[in-house]
Amino acid sequence: MSHDHAHDHSHGSDLSPVEARVRALESLLTEKGYVDPATLDALVELYETKVGPHAGARVVARAWVDPNYRTRLLSDATPAIAELGIGGRGGEHMVVVANTPETHNLVVCTLCSCYPWPVLGLPPVWYKAPPYRARAVIDPRGVLAEFGVTIPETTRITVWDSTAETRYMVLPMRPANTEGFSEEALAALVSRDAMIGTGLPGAIPPEMPA
Amino acid sequence: MSVPSPKAFAAPWEAQVFALVVSLQEAGLFTWAEWTDRLGREIRPADGPERAADYSAWLATLETILAERGVAAAESVAVRTEAFLRAAAATPHGQSIRLENDPLYRP
Repeated sequence: MSHDHAHDHSHGSDLSPVEARVRALESLLTEKGYVDPATLDALVELYETKVGPHAGARVVARAWVDPNYRTRLLSDATPAIAELGIGGRGGEHMVVVANTPETHNLVVCTLCSCYPWPVLGLPPVWYKAPPYRARAVIDPRGVLAEFGVTIPETTRITVWDSTAETRYMVLPMRPANTEGFSEEALAALVSRDAMIGTGLPGAIPPEMPA
Repeated sequence: MSVPSPKAFAAPWEAQVFALVVSLQEAGLFTWAEWTDRLGREIRPADGPERAADYSAWLATLETILAERGVAAAESVAVRTEAFLRAAAATPHGQSIRLENDPLYRP
């Protein structure tokens, strides 16, 4: 809804049909006591400003520097992630799968848009769209190519289907030449897409050119 | 380089739909498994191609569940929607749109 147009607004305000429907639901549900506007505002603020892939990046960086943590993360991810103070709704049962020279992992939700909210935030638009849902399974290498990611022919690609109960995150391989890096510097190399499997650490995704 | 910080919502209404669904799930109106099952059906209409599981699909799914559970009938949602559209038309641009601004509003 841009405000650079010149037509006269003096007769009223713009409200699209979808905005009106959402307002209608919110006001009916508030009247009936099902929701509280203050709680709704707090939820929106939380997901707009606090929850995001920086949390997952911390998990990845810790696993890169601490082999014992990595072992715990791969054997039982939810409590290992909770060790860093990360958890909550959408991450009740997390599974972390590690990339290796032999296997590259890719996460999808073929049903709808299940996604590990506590570590990655809310899913990007393409993750929820039919082409990705369908093609991640039947042509993962083609999907990766569209993201600018080339995986050696000898590397197997394993696709993981997230559900409401089990949500997957990828532990990418630590990039070369990062031996002296602090955990914080390592975390800064880990993009959202690297933890979905559609990117690699340090790589800049095509949708976000530098 | 720093980790990109993707925008969670493309529009305020998307954020409101998300918050309504999370809030109602936590109030026990449905489980996440029920939600994803209904959402999965919503985006696979019998008479058309598969759709994105975006927030407009969330909104439609939420309306279906609320109607089924007898929480908010489609009719009352439609009536309230019309009231908000009238309220908006009667609200000077830049002011907040309140239901009370609907010329037909009766407390």
